Amino acid sequence: MSGWTLDEMAARAAADIPEGSFVNLGIGQPERVANHIPPGFEIILHSENGILGMGPSPDPEQEDMDLINAGKKPVTLIPGGAFFHHADSFAMIRGGHVDVCILGAFEVACTGDIANWSSGKDGVPAVGGAMDLAAGAKSLRVITSHVTRSGSPKLLSQLTLPATGRGVIDRIYTDLGVLDPKGDHFRLVEMAPGVTVDDIRRQTGAPIEGSA
Amino acid sequence: MIDKICAAADALRDVADGATILIGGFGEAGSPTELIHALIDQGASGLTLVTNNAGNGEIGLARLIQRGRVRKLICSYPRSAHGYVFDGLYRQGRIELELVPQGTLAERIRAGGAGIPAFFTPTAAGTDLAQGKESRMFNGRPHILEQAIRADVALIKAEAGDRWGNLIYRKAARNFGPAMATAADLTVAQVCRVEPLGAIDPEAIVTPSIFVQKVVHIPDPISERAHIKELAAGQRT
Repeated sequence: MSGWTLDEMAARAAADIPEGSFVNLGIGQPERVANHIPPGFEIILHSENGILGMGPSPDPEQEDMDLINAGKKPVTLIPGGAFFHHADSFAMIRGGHVDVCILGAFEVACTGDIANWSSGKDGVPAVGGAMDLAAGAKSLRVITSHVTRSGSPKLLSQLTLPATGRGVIDRIYTDLGVLDPKGDHFRLVEMAPGVTVDDIRRQTGAPIEGSA
Repeated sequence: MIDKICAAADALRDVADGATILIGGFGEAGSPTELIHALIDQGASGLTLVTNNAGNGEIGLARLIQRGRVRKLICSYPRSAHGYVFDGLYRQGRIELELVPQGTLAERIRAGGAGIPAFFTPTAAGTDLAQGKESRMFNGRPHILEQAIRADVALIKAEAGDRWGNLIYRKAARNFGPAMATAADLTVAQVCRVEPLGAIDPEAIVTPSIFVQKVVHIPDPISERAHIKELAAGQRT
């Protein structure tokens, strides 16, 4: 079994985004998807702190702490980009104007439920824009390792952690393949090279249908 | 003549103990650090703060919390790479937290400024953050009732302002400023530049003067990033 690297996963997720889409990428692994949008292919990135047309990170001497992304890292603005205030930014999200959102996740259930804001442990809870994105984006997708660091499945029949949103996830990209939540099972859309259906069944906590 | 330009101490003279205060900023961008320091000097305590984050290092928001002036935080993301002051007090049970999804926080503030007492939203329906909230179905989908936020004071940072209180912002530092300006009895804006009346393009004014009561000129605001680097180097400011 080999599977996809982080960049191959990101490239696979990027390949599903139509030109002209307004796209919000979550912090962490989802940010990597931006590196795999083909040159000349126009996709407009939305950053929830108030940017449309977000570009790549600048050279260190060009960094401007008034121009940062949702993860508070310096970014740039591409020609055609715009700034706006937070309530407008979240009107874009909550009002169903953002076409595609790709999030990271702790767990995803075959019901389309996602958990990505609370590990259920002690400490300071923080939610940010995750629940707004889960409720409002037109198409919500997840990019994540198929299992946790300790090898437990992250794709489950039902969540064990506190939910971010219910019945909202359309598609999941993992190192093993592409899967769609279908209520009581995941449908296998595609497998990474060298991965078998049995590999995926063994590492998924819910029924799998289809052989991709 | 209308002249809202004044010193920070004068702008904040009447802030009362127990006040609710909106504080702008998303991380460092748009954070009114000098106004917060003036509020520390003014001395009000028992405050409820409404803010997206809980501060970094030991300046601005973090310093206000560290001095024990804050009773409660209404906040979406009180965790950060360089934030430890809130974390410590929260773990000791010495500060209250109301955790709010970021878009719900922005919308509660906008509603407060627009005279809307509450609204239904699908955000957080079916989650732990919906506990205790009224729920209702619209278009076959569950929604929860969220209350507007009105405050006694808003502290925000803008790029430029004039003596009437018209404001423009800089890049993504705009964030919560425009909505917060509408939702407080006393909105105080710190600005890097003061422009003559009429000099700011009326087509470009983001916050019109009616929403702003005081303008404080801070030409060269503190860099939080530089402060964090100094802390890391062990050179306490």
